[in-house]
Amino acid sequence: MSDKKESEQVKKSKENFSRRGFLKGVSISGGVLSTGILETEAQAETQAKVEGPGPVPVTLNVNGKTHKLDLEPRTTLCDALRNRLEYTASKRVCDRGTCGACTVIVNGKAVYACTTLAIDAQGKHIETLEGFSTPAHPHAVTKAFVENDAQQCGYCTPGFVVAAKAFLDHNPNPTEADLKNGLGGNLCRCGTYVGVRKAVLQAAKEMKSAKLAKGAVHA
Amino acid sequence: MNSFEYSSPATLNEALALLGSQWTDAAPLAGGTDLISLMKDDVFVPKRVVNIKEVKELAGIHKTAHGLRIGATVTFDEIASNPLVRSEYPSLHEAVLGVASPQIRNMGTAAGDLCQRPRCWYYRSGYGLLAMKDGKSLVPNGENRYHAILGAGPAYFVSASSLGPALVALGASIKIASASGSRTVEAGKFFVTPHDENGREIVLQPNELVTEILIPSASGVKNATYEIRQREAIDWPLAAASVALHMKGSTVSEASIVLGHVAPTPWVAAQAAESLKGQSITEESAAKAGDAAVEGAQPLSQNSYKIQLAKVAVKRALLAAAGKSHAAGA
Repeated sequence: MSDKKESEQVKKSKENFSRRGFLKGVSISGGVLSTGILETEAQAETQAKVEGPGPVPVTLNVNGKTHKLDLEPRTTLCDALRNRLEYTASKRVCDRGTCGACTVIVNGKAVYACTTLAIDAQGKHIETLEGFSTPAHPHAVTKAFVENDAQQCGYCTPGFVVAAKAFLDHNPNPTEADLKNGLGGNLCRCGTYVGVRKAVLQAAKEMKSAKLAKGAVHA
Repeated sequence: MNSFEYSSPATLNEALALLGSQWTDAAPLAGGTDLISLMKDDVFVPKRVVNIKEVKELAGIHKTAHGLRIGATVTFDEIASNPLVRSEYPSLHEAVLGVASPQIRNMGTAAGDLCQRPRCWYYRSGYGLLAMKDGKSLVPNGENRYHAILGAGPAYFVSASSLGPALVALGASIKIASASGSRTVEAGKFFVTPHDENGREIVLQPNELVTEILIPSASGVKNATYEIRQREAIDWPLAAASVALHMKGSTVSEASIVLGHVAPTPWVAAQAAESLKGQSITEESAAKAGDAAVEGAQPLSQNSYKIQLAKVAVKRALLAAAGKSHAAGA
């Protein structure tokens, strides 16, 4: 849904108790649109199913749970996660794949959820911050962010933590230079980069010794 | 973003049948890193989006009898981690590592890099590819610090492709398919300068898909890319150069020098390459080739700085290809 339409709808509504709850209502009912003009021609020539532009059934596997939704094909993964599934750690900031605040992990790789269509993420393992770090059980990266003062306003923080987790999963022994490159997809306007790198280096160490300790117990 | 219908075909024939005769009929979706933003900004409003990532024929990167084959939907990350790319095609490897950010390299694809639209902010703001107003381009007297210094007019944007210069320098070709057959185009002829607002910066037609990139063996060909950018990540280069050198002993027998981000297409600096024949690569010969590469440059009001950057990019790419590091600050 475009920002323009979204704000128009919000203005029109006099009973929007919560913005997110309201948007959920809109996206469910907002699909009364014409069907594609190319449908007949395409169906004659190909077996591939053409769906939309109205809401279509979309199944997303998020943090190991299966969610069945009705979404327009244009819905981004970020919007589906935030507005329909309450996974709000993926932040919609630049909304153009240039800041990293929306970062999620899809099939083990960090991607921008704002620039991924939800319909396109079907059949894949989607991992959000909520999936590996909770207030009761914070991930090593989250803990290290707190201990190293790696955030200020906090808007970029969840994206950074997810990008850092994905990076460490593939690079358990990073140098500071590796980190600079590996976390290059996330921007912090407060300029907390020094703290972020310190935090991720600390987390890398802790994750490694935790792994060693676990190995020792098993041995 | 406007609404659109969506399809995710499994075969190339199905995918091709879903395309239309007009650009707005259907848009192929691979990494989506450019397409989704274009659609959000209403710069491009396709009626249909065709996800081509499930099409098996478009996947895979592997060695062939003649060199390397990169499928259209191979991601930057896959290219960067390919051992043959690392060992035989350092120019390609460098260009791939320079692309935006880890997230973009996980998402973006080879064909997407070739087919991405220009970053020109007039184009992205809805002024059209040539930024025309009242029959004149807004660029020459406008905000043009990131625009072209070579081969410009009536198009002033620069080709946004990161792989383009390396592919042209390596003599790659691009395979293109439509429902009625396929054709192969030299990488150097894939990129074109549009002369009117309905033109396009690549030779692809609305009913066609790039299916694969074929790069000849670069065994024994010294090659390198050097990019100069403002930010280290999430940015396009201000100037770049890719070079490929065939050597006879310590001297160059044949050279290819291609500049990036200074012209509406990857810019082949033929005279600069010719000047290297029979020479060995030294600071001096590399610097001279850099000077020759920007000959005829016509900077706009804000971008003459790009001339120096392009010279330096050529020099450093040549030295890197020859296995020599450039002197600090040179």
